[in-house]
Amino acid sequence: MPTFEYAPAPESRAVVDIASSHGLFIGGEFVEATGGKPFKTVNPATEEVLSEVSEATADDVDAAVRAARTAYTRVWSRMSGADRGKYLYRIARIIQERARELAVLETLDNGKPIKESRDVDVPLVAAHFFYHAGWADKLEYASLGSNPRGIGVVGQVIPWNFPLLMLAWKVAPALATGNTVVLKPAETTPLTALAFAEICRQADLPPGVVNIVTGAGATGQAIVDHPGVDKLAFTGSTGVGKMIARSIAGTRKRATLELGGKGANIVFDDAAMDQAIEGIVTGIFFNQGHVCCAGSRLLVQENVVDEVLRRLKRRLGTLRVGDPMDKNTDVGAINSKAQLDRITELAGVGEAEGAERWDSGCDLPTSGYWFRPTVFSGVSQSSRIAQEEIFGPVVSVLTFRTPGEAVAKANNTPYGLSAGIWTEKGSRILWMADQLRAGVVWANTFNKFDPTSPFGGYKESGYGREGGRHGLEAYVSTGQETT
Amino acid sequence: MTGPRQRPYTRRVSTATDVDVTARARDLLGVSRLTNSALTGWLHGLPGVDQVGCEARAAGLSTRSIKTSSKAWAIDLAISMIDLTTLEGADTPGKVRGLATRALVPDPTAPDTPSPAAVCVYGDMVGIAKETLGDSGVKVAAVATAFPSGRASRAVKLADTRDAVAAGADEIDMVIDRGAFLAGDYLSVFREIAETKEACGDARLKVIMETGELVTYDNVRRASWLSMLAGGDFVKTSTGKISPAATLPVTLTMLEAVRDWHDLTGEQVGVKPAGGIRTSKDAIRYLVTVHEIAGEAWLDNHWFRFGASSLLNDLVLQRQRMATGAYSGADYVADDAPSAY
Repeated sequence: MPTFEYAPAPESRAVVDIASSHGLFIGGEFVEATGGKPFKTVNPATEEVLSEVSEATADDVDAAVRAARTAYTRVWSRMSGADRGKYLYRIARIIQERARELAVLETLDNGKPIKESRDVDVPLVAAHFFYHAGWADKLEYASLGSNPRGIGVVGQVIPWNFPLLMLAWKVAPALATGNTVVLKPAETTPLTALAFAEICRQADLPPGVVNIVTGAGATGQAIVDHPGVDKLAFTGSTGVGKMIARSIAGTRKRATLELGGKGANIVFDDAAMDQAIEGIVTGIFFNQGHVCCAGSRLLVQENVVDEVLRRLKRRLGTLRVGDPMDKNTDVGAINSKAQLDRITELAGVGEAEGAERWDSGCDLPTSGYWFRPTVFSGVSQSSRIAQEEIFGPVVSVLTFRTPGEAVAKANNTPYGLSAGIWTEKGSRILWMADQLRAGVVWANTFNKFDPTSPFGGYKESGYGREGGRHGLEAYVSTGQETT
Repeated sequence: MTGPRQRPYTRRVSTATDVDVTARARDLLGVSRLTNSALTGWLHGLPGVDQVGCEARAAGLSTRSIKTSSKAWAIDLAISMIDLTTLEGADTPGKVRGLATRALVPDPTAPDTPSPAAVCVYGDMVGIAKETLGDSGVKVAAVATAFPSGRASRAVKLADTRDAVAAGADEIDMVIDRGAFLAGDYLSVFREIAETKEACGDARLKVIMETGELVTYDNVRRASWLSMLAGGDFVKTSTGKISPAATLPVTLTMLEAVRDWHDLTGEQVGVKPAGGIRTSKDAIRYLVTVHEIAGEAWLDNHWFRFGASSLLNDLVLQRQRMATGAYSGADYVADDAPSAY
C-alpha cells in the first residue's frame, strides 16, 4: 500500500515584490541613510539574499526622533481620540486586505511556517490594531487615572521571532494613547516593518507619527540614548534589557521591558493526555521554539513520565519540518546562523551534562538553518538546559511528585514569563496559578495570545505589561499637565 | 430473500470471533468478575478529553493542503472506503438495486474508478443488494438492533441481527443503547454488544455510538473503549438520523481510542464516521486525520469507512476534474439513487 505522501503545496511568493534595497522611514518618507553600512537580510530557509537594508546612524535616529516630536506636538497629541482611532482602524483593515502578502513576506524573512504567519501572526497583528483602535477614544474609562494622555515620543526596539506581531504590540497601544514612535525592527527581519511603513502611508497616517529605522545594536543604542525619547519599549533578550535599564538609569525615561523566559509546562497525571501532548508540542515547537514564553521546561508528574515521553515522541514523528513556504510545514527554519549555533551549543551542553537526547531523525533541507525538534529527558534542575533560555526547538523534561514540588521547580528560575498547567482538576489550576510567579499562566492550553490579555514578566523576564487595559498604562501620563 | 452464499471473509488482524470477550475483559480490567462497577472504574479512569484542545487539533489538521498526486490518491482511497448508504422508510427494491449497481460502476465514464467498500441498507434489503453485488467484492452491510433508536428488547435486536446475517449481510451496523450508557449501565451495553457480535457469526460488527446523543468527547472515548472491549470490529459515530452526525473532533477521538487499544492489545479496530460528510474536501480532511492520529495502517477500507451517499458523487466529480482539468457538474455524474443521508 502506498503511503499518504503530501505533495508539495507551496504558497506563491508572487504576491510580494521585494525591493532590492530599502531606505529608512522618517517623517512619512522613505529616505536614504546618512552613512552607516547597509546590510543584507536573508531567507533563513535558503540563505538567499532578499534585500539590502540601510543602517541608521545616530544622526538618522536623531532625524527620526525630531520627526516624531514634531508630529507629536503639532498633530497627534492634539487630535481627538476618536480621530486617532479612525487611523488605527484604517491600518487594521489594510493589514487584513494585505494579509497574504504580509504572511508571505514574514515567512520569507523569518523562516517561520506559512501556516503560522498566515493563521497566527498576521490575524493577531490586525486584531491588535482593531483592539487598540477601540480604546483610542475611551481612555478616560480605562481606570488609568485622571486625564490620561500620551507621553510623547516612544522609542521601540523589537525582536526577530514575531517581527510584525511585536511591531503591532508596540505601535498599536502607543498610537492609540497619543504617542508617536521611532521603531527599530531586528536586523535579521526588517522587511515586514518596512512593509508596515508603506501601510502607514497608504492609511494617510500623518507624517512622523510612525518612524522606522533599521539597523543592529548600535542603532538600537542610539534610540535608547537619545534625549528626545520619553519612553522606551523593548522586547528581546534579558542581557540587552539589562543594558537598556543601565543606560536609562537616572534619566526621566520610562521603560517597559519584555525579556527572556524559561517557561514551565506542568503536566499532571490526570491531564487530558492527548491534548496535553498537543500543548507540549505547541508550547515548545511553535515558531521553532523562538518564543520568549515557550514551554521549554516540561515538568511531568513522575508517575506518568514514561507514558508522556512515549506519546510525545510518537507525535513528534508526525511533525513536518522543512520548507516554510509549504502550507503543510509544521516547523520551519531557525532564524539565523548565529541562533542555530547557539541552539547547537546548548544542545551539546545538555548531552555533556548527561541528559538523554532524542529527535525524530527526520530529513532536513541541505541549505538554510535547521534544527530537528529535540527532547532532552532525565534533565535535572541544575542542568544548564533547565536554566538557560535556548530559544529553539528543544524541550527539557523534568519530573515532580507533588503539586507543591511542581510549583517550587517551576518558580526556581531567574525568569518568570509563562507557565502552563495540564490537569482536569479546576481547583488545582486556580491554586497553581496563584502560586506560580509567571506573567502568563495557561490552563490546558499554551501559547495562546489575545490583544485583550496583558502579557509580561516577573523577575528577569522584564517589567510592564503589553496588551489589555494594563498595557495602556505604560503609554500614558495622568494627572495635571506640567510643561 | 436468498442471496448468494456468503463468501468467507479475508481476515487480517482483527477481533477474532472465538475470543471470549468477557474473559478478556476480566483479564484487561484485572477483576475476577465483570461487574458494572468494575467497568465504571475502568472507563472513568481513561484520560479525559479536553474539548477546546480536541477541536483545535481537528481544526489544525483541517488546514493540511492536499494537492495534485496526493489528492488523486486520496480521492480513490476515499471512494474505496465508502459504505454507500440508503436508510429510508421509502427504500424500495428498485432503489437498492440502483444503489448496488452504482457501487459496481461508480463512474461509467471512468471504468478505473474504484468501487465503494460496501452498500449499507436495512436488514430486509440485504437479499436485494446481495443479488446485484454477487461476488463483486463489494460488501453488504445491514443496520440492525432496532436501528436507529435501539429501543427494543434484547431478543428483538438479536433476531434483527440474525435475520440480516442469514440474508447474507457481510457486516452489521448495530446501535448501542444510549439510554443505558447515559444511565451508567455499562455492563448492559457491554453485554448487548457482545451478544450481537456473537449473533453476527463471521460478519464484522460496526458499533454505532450515536455521538450526537452522547454529546461529550469523554463519553465518545468511553463508549469507544467499551465497544472495543465488547468485541466490536468497528466504532462508528452516527446513524445519520441525529444531528450532529459525524464530526472531525469526534472521529479524531475515536481514532485515538483505536490507536491506544492497538497499543494495549495488539488488535486493530476500524473507525467509521457516518452522516454529514458530503464533499471531497471533507473526506480528505478525515483521511489526513486518520493518517496523523491512527497512522498508515488505518488507511485501508478494511479499517476505515465513510458512511455516506452523496459523498461518492462529489468524489467522482473531483476525480473527473483531475482527469480532464475541468469541472463538469452534477449531471455528468450518474446518480441512480440520490439520497439525503
